[in-house]
Amino acid sequence: MKLFHYAAPQHFYPLAGRLWPWLALLATALALAGLWVGFMVAPSDAQQGQAYRIIYIHVPVSWMAMIIYLAMAFWSVLGLVFNTRLSGLMTRALAPTGALLAFLSLWTGALWGKPMWGTYWVWDARLTSMLILLFLYLGYIALTSAIEDPRRSDRAGALVAVVGVVNVPIIYFSVKWWNTLHQGASVSFTQSPRMASIMLTGMLLMSLAVWLYAAAIALWRVRSLILERDSHAVWVQQLPEVLAHRTLRGAT
Amino acid sequence: MIWQSAAEFWAMGGYGVYVWGSMGVSAALLALEVLLARVGRRQALDAVCEAMDAEALDGQTPSAEQDFSAGAARPVHFTRGAAS
Repeated sequence: MKLFHYAAPQHFYPLAGRLWPWLALLATALALAGLWVGFMVAPSDAQQGQAYRIIYIHVPVSWMAMIIYLAMAFWSVLGLVFNTRLSGLMTRALAPTGALLAFLSLWTGALWGKPMWGTYWVWDARLTSMLILLFLYLGYIALTSAIEDPRRSDRAGALVAVVGVVNVPIIYFSVKWWNTLHQGASVSFTQSPRMASIMLTGMLLMSLAVWLYAAAIALWRVRSLILERDSHAVWVQQLPEVLAHRTLRGAT
Repeated sequence: MIWQSAAEFWAMGGYGVYVWGSMGVSAALLALEVLLARVGRRQALDAVCEAMDAEALDGQTPSAEQDFSAGAARPVHFTRGAAS
């Protein structure tokens, strides 16, 4: 089957190499379009003035911070069930970007909270569960880098990813389940969006851009991880980029 | 265009610090991530080269996917758990 064909690092490596430049290009184009709409076309908000423009980065990075964790849990389940080597590598490749986006979610949220709520931080259900997500990412990274043996490391990491995933719906529904300071969802699956369509357009363009960026950087990173883990394999040692790099280093 | 002047754009209605603090730090950290990913790529290529150098010193050919069915002795060498 084609999917399992690409589950082999040897086959996924060239596929990822072909995909990432297009994803990166598209991400850049969409980000430029989204920033243009968000900062040059969309009017100011009736209640929040210009400060609302923080949502053009805050909402995309927050969504993606959650989606990346779901993706890590998905790869981890595949890894635990089918024992595919690519799963652990993909989970590992996604984690740093997830951690960064979770941090940016908190950072941009704090900078929005100060003028709007009068405080950078409150121990609100939404904010606290997002902070836990950041700690889950950092915990995953610390754990997997502390275990030397790759298979055991992948397995331990997969467990963290799968167990921690319960936090994602908690973040998503926290504004509904608890009486939070954080406002309810501006965009939901069940209702029409509660914001002007031009603002929504800017936000969706930025969200798509962050999505594609995350995919591109994860594919880039997984290629490095594959090289390191299979550094003794013939197919790796015969790659043109490896031979070129070796010449550059001055072969010993 | 919704802005009357560049100054008005940067001021963001008095929220400039918060808006540009959000956008600026996000842009800077994403750029840093790209930079670190490029460094990671170079380190990975270095790791492969070091593995090749070590094998050249051993006088052995890499073991993965070599055909040992013809009764040739499988060379013993250390892998980092990968080629199993």
